[in-house]
Amino acid sequence: MTGKRKNMLTVVLMIISALFVAVGVLMRQNLPVLFKAVRICLECIGIG
Amino acid sequence: MDNKKRTFIQAAAALLQNAHITGFFTGTIYDGRIKNICVPGLNCYSCPGALGACPLGSLQNAVSAWKFRFPFYVLGFMMFFGAAFGRLVCGFLCPFGFLQDLLFRIPFPKKLRTFRSDGYLRYIKYAMLLFMVIVLPFSFKFTPFFCKYVCPSGTLSGMMLSAADSRLRELWGWIFTWKTLVLVAVVVASIMICRPFCKYICPLGAFYAVFNRASAVRIDIDREKCVNCGACANVCDMAVNPVLTPDHAECIRCGKCVSRCPHGALCFTCFSKPVRVRGFGEK
Repeated sequence: MTGKRKNMLTVVLMIISALFVAVGVLMRQNLPVLFKAVRICLECIGIG
Repeated sequence: MDNKKRTFIQAAAALLQNAHITGFFTGTIYDGRIKNICVPGLNCYSCPGALGACPLGSLQNAVSAWKFRFPFYVLGFMMFFGAAFGRLVCGFLCPFGFLQDLLFRIPFPKKLRTFRSDGYLRYIKYAMLLFMVIVLPFSFKFTPFFCKYVCPSGTLSGMMLSAADSRLRELWGWIFTWKTLVLVAVVVASIMICRPFCKYICPLGAFYAVFNRASAVRIDIDREKCVNCGACANVCDMAVNPVLTPDHAECIRCGKCVSRCPHGALCFTCFSKPVRVRGFGEK
């Protein structure tokens, strides 16, 4: 893959990822992330 | 790559992602809004200092939800980091990668750069990503398999929390014992092998590896300057030959090859434009 094509692919991926984040926020998918992250994850620390 | 500069960046990144210092003393975790945001590296969100959300944990949480919805939000973050940096995240921004780098500095008689089954073992991390992060959590709801049975970052977080809160110590069981064994194995291996967790186990590294070929930040080679002396391949801790594949999936973009090249044939690029940073391979 040439450098130019790689760069185009990079830009496309970054646009898609930004859109994903935006769609995720619109769908309120950030809330489960927050709710999980602000409580001690017992499975993660080897207890749950 | 100037090792001191890279170490400084790694330390700063680790500190920035774990800046909730009071949590280490009180045994509590940060519960503010910054935890809406996924950090780029492997950093358990139950670490007392963690300010952001772990991307792997968040992904498993989304995938294992009772009502599955495509995890646009978490995947968007992970894809963005991958597209922007590729495995530069591993080389500079991941706190657990930093820990392994520090452990590898401990003197040991026989340091291994590679060994016979090294190449095959590298595929385990892709299996981890597929099964422990996606398939199993999707199949068995509410269970983040990688976090629960493997992740040593979580075990470290558990130890730190338990040190401050005796109630958690009373809850230790066989899972904690198992995860501690995994952590010990990673720590011991890290003294002998550079970045064993990154090479063989980390699903996040596996995810970013896919983006290495087309990330904005890459290492590129000037074939006219390269004399094939092999200095870059000899210095690579990930056993990559930058001359053959400067954007190899295993390259964590530490920059050692860039610094080592006596002819300046290797350099960091951003969207194919050379990035010259003082101390990062400049002659």
